Amino acid sequence: MTDVGRHPKIKLMVSSEVTDVKGYVGNFTVKVHKTARYVDEKECNACGECAKECPVSVPDEFNGGFGTRKAVYQPFPQAIPSAFLIDKKNCLGINPIVCAKCVPKCEKKCINLDVYDEDHTFQVGTIVVATGMDVYDPAVLDEYGYTRFENVITSLEFERLISAGGPTMGHLVRPTDHKLPRRVAFIQCVGSRSVKRGNPYCSNVCCMNTVKDTLLIKDHWPEVECKVFYIDIRAFGKGFEDLFKRSKAAGIAYVRGLPGQVQEDPNSKNLILTVENTETGKVEQHEADMVVLSVGVEPRRDSAVVRQLLTLSKTPDGFLMEAHPKLQPVDAPTRGVFFAGCAEAPKDIKDSVTQASAAAARASILMSKGVLSIEAVTARVHPDKCKMCGLCAPVCPYHAIEFEKGKKKPAFIIEAACGGCGTCAAECPFGAIEARHFEDDQIFAQIEAMLAERPEESAVVFACNWCSYAGADLAGVSRLQYPPGVRLIRTMCSGRVAEKFILHAFKLGAPLVLVSGCHFADCHYINANRWTQKRVEKLWDKMEKAGIRPERLQLEWISAAEAQKFAAVMTDVDKMRRQVTQAEIAQTRKILEEKPKL
Amino acid sequence: MTTSEPRIGVYVCHCGLNIAGSVDCAAVTEFARLLKDVVVASDNKYTCSGPGQEIIKKEIAEHKLNRVVVASCSPRLHEPTFRAAVAEAGLNPYLLEMANLREHCSWVHMGEPKQATEKAKKLVAMAVARARFLKPQEELHVSVTRRALVIGGGVAGIQASLDLANTGYDVVLVEKQASIGGLMAQLDKTYPTMDCSI
Repeated sequence: MTDVGRHPKIKLMVSSEVTDVKGYVGNFTVKVHKTARYVDEKECNACGECAKECPVSVPDEFNGGFGTRKAVYQPFPQAIPSAFLIDKKNCLGINPIVCAKCVPKCEKKCINLDVYDEDHTFQVGTIVVATGMDVYDPAVLDEYGYTRFENVITSLEFERLISAGGPTMGHLVRPTDHKLPRRVAFIQCVGSRSVKRGNPYCSNVCCMNTVKDTLLIKDHWPEVECKVFYIDIRAFGKGFEDLFKRSKAAGIAYVRGLPGQVQEDPNSKNLILTVENTETGKVEQHEADMVVLSVGVEPRRDSAVVRQLLTLSKTPDGFLMEAHPKLQPVDAPTRGVFFAGCAEAPKDIKDSVTQASAAAARASILMSKGVLSIEAVTARVHPDKCKMCGLCAPVCPYHAIEFEKGKKKPAFIIEAACGGCGTCAAECPFGAIEARHFEDDQIFAQIEAMLAERPEESAVVFACNWCSYAGADLAGVSRLQYPPGVRLIRTMCSGRVAEKFILHAFKLGAPLVLVSGCHFADCHYINANRWTQKRVEKLWDKMEKAGIRPERLQLEWISAAEAQKFAAVMTDVDKMRRQVTQAEIAQTRKILEEKPKL
Repeated sequence: MTTSEPRIGVYVCHCGLNIAGSVDCAAVTEFARLLKDVVVASDNKYTCSGPGQEIIKKEIAEHKLNRVVVASCSPRLHEPTFRAAVAEAGLNPYLLEMANLREHCSWVHMGEPKQATEKAKKLVAMAVARARFLKPQEELHVSVTRRALVIGGGVAGIQASLDLANTGYDVVLVEKQASIGGLMAQLDKTYPTMDCSI
């Protein structure tokens, strides 16, 4: 940690948040909001005289609320930057100045209440997302009594209790009487591996953390009796099984079964655990002085923020989705963005460090080249075909189209800024915009080939590259079966799907057309799929007026992680396809032959 | 190179039994051979293998192919592989088209070999039709700013920042809390070494 603070190449911004990310791989513009610290980070020598004077006392969040801190404080003794700060929310004197008792106490004159939050802008080439995880809150699991019994604590609170830097200076005491507990019970999988409550996945770290905790107790207080209640112990890593065996050899009792209930003896404040021991098949009662809930790991509750800033997706467990679960586990689907640590999945320290080094290496590969090529799927305007109507400019999510009304100059696309969604090409009524590699004639050719013979057997499915096409890929990898009467046409974004493609398909006898793309928050092109929706809604109206059943045009948002949804939608689409009669198809063809644009 | 008068080569991959298990690859190849502008079509156990790619490269020269269709897996997986192969044979990489016979056909219609084969033919026909209109494209080259942003100062963010900084890049490390260290800093000792977290 100290290396980060003093490294000449690292600009450390604490109490800060990224508020905006613009640009693309190699050329991101990032805005960072830094909350005022009120104490000069460089000058403060953390002597602590200011805190002695501060009249405010609040629970110390670093110590799990077991101790207190002042409004001017250092988060913990080894904090980096090694300096105090004022917590604006609890300080009495920032605005208006009513207290300010700490200010004169600082000999170095580090405290200045007349400072403000700052906004900084940086140009960066790559981004590493290391936003970490949250810890499961066991308050909802009422049977364990976490909110009712003081001597039931979480494993993270236990860490603070036995830490020499913690509120008890490392003396293990239980909350009610501040005495050494003689019997400590650990309950595993709290908030993990349960479909009903908490999370269905294994949190990865809790088994070994408990094994470690039992050994720490035995090392310091050999007389304390420990019992661990578990489903199974997952000691799969290097050196883990050894540690588990050491714990058993040290006399720790491992009881296979999770307690159904924890009750408190009102006099002794001891806890009684009722558990079915699955090794004996008997219901047992165990008494303990203190219960530690081995809580699981969760995706960060604010992870939507980083997902929206960087157009990332999440897997069904809520953690960030990687570009490929096996071959690109460190890369985000957004080029130039990489994952490190628990943001991607629950990990212990070793795995977090490993992935972080991998993320640094992946980012270095991009930066060491200095130059990279952008896939040739960007759009271009044919100036001779452009009628200067200006419809294209407002639909561009990147503001990459230069057009001024009345200037009599054709629209111009700044290629480096173009993301390649093709929405402008779909919007242009004159075919003046070429979406490279996803051109009109190429897509028409695919539609025609699909519907050349027996068109009633094919449902036309437009799928965006990043979400629904990838969801289809995952359905394949997962071997999810669905009927074969659906054929996909890939576009980079659902925004590329022009009205004329859909009408052309109907004209050729398509029984059903599905346009599928990313969920709004996941759109790889900021918000291009909002135009998809507008376009489809407009077409539904037109179809209805012309006498074509709007239900024959479907719209679905399917993420890259939603393989099951993809398979379910395909099954529905195929069912709907079968319900369209030959007569209905013939009628539609007739309508479109008379009025091709409806 | 002229892009008019398409001369298309179609390469149908078995992917071992991944595709060939439910799709009759020989039948698909026969079908492809009769499609408009297709000059040559063949099937191969593993088109992505070295020898598989060599066949494509050899036939681009031999048959003066100016479009290549590989009917195998998802372009999200192997498009870079086959683009590189056709580029090595002197063809613009954007003159490659793929038909996804594995993820979108053989793996999702495992119990219906007849219908899966019919669908595979359709997917190949669509790919060939599209290929006829493909144009060579030039990629845009952009410079890369040699500075990295690391969001989050827990153990992962710290390690990533140090590695990047020690490689010589400037790093901006943004942490929401008032100190770096994250959750790790709250742990007393850590497994499997039983040493301090900080």
